[in-house]
Amino acid sequence: MRNPNLKRLRRSMMFLNCQKPGLIKDPYVYGPDSILLDLEDAVAEREKDAARYSLFHALREIDYRGVERVVRINGLDTDLWREDIRCSVAGGCDAIRIPKTETAQDVKRVEEAVAAAEKEFGVEEGRTLIMAALESARGVLNALEVCTASERLFGIALSGGDYTKDLQTTISGTGVELMGARQHMIIAARAAGVQCFDTVWTNLDDMEGFRREVETIRAMGFDGKSIVNPRQIPIVHDVYTPREKDIIFAEKVVREIDEKKAQGIGVFTVDGKMIDIAFYDGAKRTLALARASGKYKGEL
Amino acid sequence: MEIKKPAVAGTLESSDCMVTVEPGEGRVDLELNSVVIRQFGPQIRKVIFETLKRLEVTDARVTVVDKGALDCTIKARVECAVYRSGDVKENLPWGGVIV
Repeated sequence: MRNPNLKRLRRSMMFLNCQKPGLIKDPYVYGPDSILLDLEDAVAEREKDAARYSLFHALREIDYRGVERVVRINGLDTDLWREDIRCSVAGGCDAIRIPKTETAQDVKRVEEAVAAAEKEFGVEEGRTLIMAALESARGVLNALEVCTASERLFGIALSGGDYTKDLQTTISGTGVELMGARQHMIIAARAAGVQCFDTVWTNLDDMEGFRREVETIRAMGFDGKSIVNPRQIPIVHDVYTPREKDIIFAEKVVREIDEKKAQGIGVFTVDGKMIDIAFYDGAKRTLALARASGKYKGEL
Repeated sequence: MEIKKPAVAGTLESSDCMVTVEPGEGRVDLELNSVVIRQFGPQIRKVIFETLKRLEVTDARVTVVDKGALDCTIKARVECAVYRSGDVKENLPWGGVIV
């Protein structure tokens, strides 16, 4: 059976440094959909071991109240990532984020290590999901093979800092340097049936710019955004909250498709718009987003 | 585990603690300083001794300076200091004596 969390709602994925116990003890109070518990870039080289002990006990003992717990492991070019996976899976994390992913082989190496750790620590097989961060031109170009590399992979994420370095440019705040990668990645993700997440916005003094960027990536089809500060969460969730008329319309679409399907009717109209089965998943997603933001209490 | 050489883990930041382990004199000696020692001193001691017992540390001088760390952080810092002392970095017993 496929892991039911593959398609869970992930509008906001907040990075937290595992080196700092004060940061990982209660991030659920801010209400992100997921937390990205970082063993990689945020952790100083000499504290890599210490971060793992903190991570393990936090995963085992802190009730994160339904917030998804994803661990960003160290790169596959280090001698750290295998122990990172053993620690994370033994602790009971929900998913592993692979940094600097470039090929399907990278995903398969992690998949093998995760499966071995599940076996070693008696964790249900298939419980631990995987996501892949694309941080280079090569990684972005290989997005489709990465997306289809593993049944455990729920999505891909753009990592803009390293990617723009590889392109020999910098983050401008306008998004022009990320345009091609974003478009390519969302198309690859949708072709493979997985989710797609945007890179972080690090200028905390420009929240208007942040909102514009979230509006852009939502319009492009992204499922959510990596974030670095709790102040960014309400903005992301607000942008991802469907408008009242969209919720009402989505509810009608779902009801009508369910009814008409039973009657053997494929195409019909709702509020003057032609509707068929292709609208179903989109309408269901609108209702899921509305439910997550407290705007919809219905059963559909 | 035998404490072969001094090792330190943790910081003096809020919600953290700094743990130092050194070779002992045939027993475990604990020196504890905490900002919440009146309220939580016995509980903190209990967590430290239980963790050392699981790791089979029977001969060590242990110094802990606590800045309001949760139990899980205290355990993590004690384990880290002990394994650093033994230079153990891989194939750790997650879910075994680290629990």
